[in-house]
Amino acid sequence: MDPITVDPTTEPFWRACREHRLMIQRCRACGHHQFYPRPFCLACEGVDLAWVEAKGEGHIYSQTTIRVPATPEMTPPYVVAIVELEEGPRLLTNIEGASSEIGDRVRLRWRERGPLPPLPVFTPAEPGS
Amino acid sequence: MKPVYVVGAAETPLGKVPDHSEFSMVAVAAREALGEAGLGFRDVDALFTNYMGEEGSVQLGEYLGIRPRYAESSDMGGASFEFFVHHAMLAVTAGRCEVALIGYASRQRSRRSRRRAVDATDQSLAAQFEAPYGIHFPIGHYALSAARHMHQYGTTSEQLAAVAVAARQWAALNPKAWVRDPLTIAEVLASPMIADPLHKLDCCLVTDGGGAIVIAGPERARDAAKRPVRILGAGESHCQWHVAQCPDLTVTPGVVSGREAFAMAGISPSDIDVFEPYDNFTHAVILYLEDLGFCAKGEGGAFAGEGRLGPDGSLPAMTSGGGLSYNHPGALGILLLIEAVRQLRGEAGARQVVGAEIALAHGTGGLAFSTASTVILARE
Repeated sequence: MDPITVDPTTEPFWRACREHRLMIQRCRACGHHQFYPRPFCLACEGVDLAWVEAKGEGHIYSQTTIRVPATPEMTPPYVVAIVELEEGPRLLTNIEGASSEIGDRVRLRWRERGPLPPLPVFTPAEPGS
Repeated sequence: MKPVYVVGAAETPLGKVPDHSEFSMVAVAAREALGEAGLGFRDVDALFTNYMGEEGSVQLGEYLGIRPRYAESSDMGGASFEFFVHHAMLAVTAGRCEVALIGYASRQRSRRSRRRAVDATDQSLAAQFEAPYGIHFPIGHYALSAARHMHQYGTTSEQLAAVAVAARQWAALNPKAWVRDPLTIAEVLASPMIADPLHKLDCCLVTDGGGAIVIAGPERARDAAKRPVRILGAGESHCQWHVAQCPDLTVTPGVVSGREAFAMAGISPSDIDVFEPYDNFTHAVILYLEDLGFCAKGEGGAFAGEGRLGPDGSLPAMTSGGGLSYNHPGALGILLLIEAVRQLRGEAGARQVVGAEIALAHGTGGLAFSTASTVILARE
């Protein structure tokens, strides 16, 4: 399923993924950031929303290591996590590249998926970065 | 408010059920439950079900020959049946129906129909934002909740395992329980890790099963063959569908459903004699203990770890053996209600809680506590 072609409300997000940019919504009225995209602000219910690029930094709110097969595309074990972006919104993702713990700082990287838009994933930030 | 009662309650065949369809299972249980109240299908004027196919109450109504004047097949996950008790109580109170039947059955074990992943093909938000990351459905979602609770409050794997051990102690007393062998904390911890921190034995069973509940007002309850059980209070709520949208994975919508149910009942957690929690995962019970007010937030692990939930504990919980050891037919909520009724009628045999006057059934559904509904029942 190519998400760009199926869902007009998320199309700007997935188009930006093609350019390795992680886009979230920011409310012009109250400054609240949100993800996934909606046609109104969850904080103030305003409708004047802008797409802004997230810095791609955050921390792990929770994580689990999946140790049994769930889907043919992924071979266990692998880490599924909820990352809280510095801007506030959280997203489900994978942590790749090094072992991680809840609370660890992470930064964005991209997983290529052939014809589908690249997928935002995260990796532990280098110590001191 | 006019009192409303559970006047009948029965399980479908349980475990592995090769000789029935889901609809025939519900028919068997519904007939038995209605019989307890001296009623038949023709007396039913309200019908509630979930997971019985598209327009579930329509399909079940046709099968049973029921044309209701009040009907619902909302999908609130495994807690739907606690929601239905709430709604049926209000409908009876408002005079919109007299006899409500709640029914459900699944053959998920026989059919091997459980899926393991979020559907990646249905064009939904979950297909876009969850499925690509390979989260196991639903164990991965619940594991994220358990991991956060352990991180935030220091809850331990041993405390989670104590919930499974308590459920198994009860199951040993229930001839209908799917697994009855003794279980130790060490055995839970030694079982394979599925999704950290949840081991195999932190997760519920996958069985066939279901049941039926009949609800009616005092006019009908008077004629019941078995002692009616009064519905003292009920409440409901829901929160996130996508796990990353949950503002706090250590708190469930049981905070709201419990508050509402206790307020309607005019009682407090210390009045509960029997607790029937939706134990799909061990840590679930720990979160409910906190959210329903049996202990403070963060203290549920210690509460469970002290052995208070077992047959000798101060809060008998999962007295059938629960979803962890008795049966879990995909949607457990109806079996929680049936066990609560049996305890309050004094019909629970070797597992009977002595002096059980008030029971609380608490359901959840969806992914990592998406839904919650609490029902408080009392012996008349």
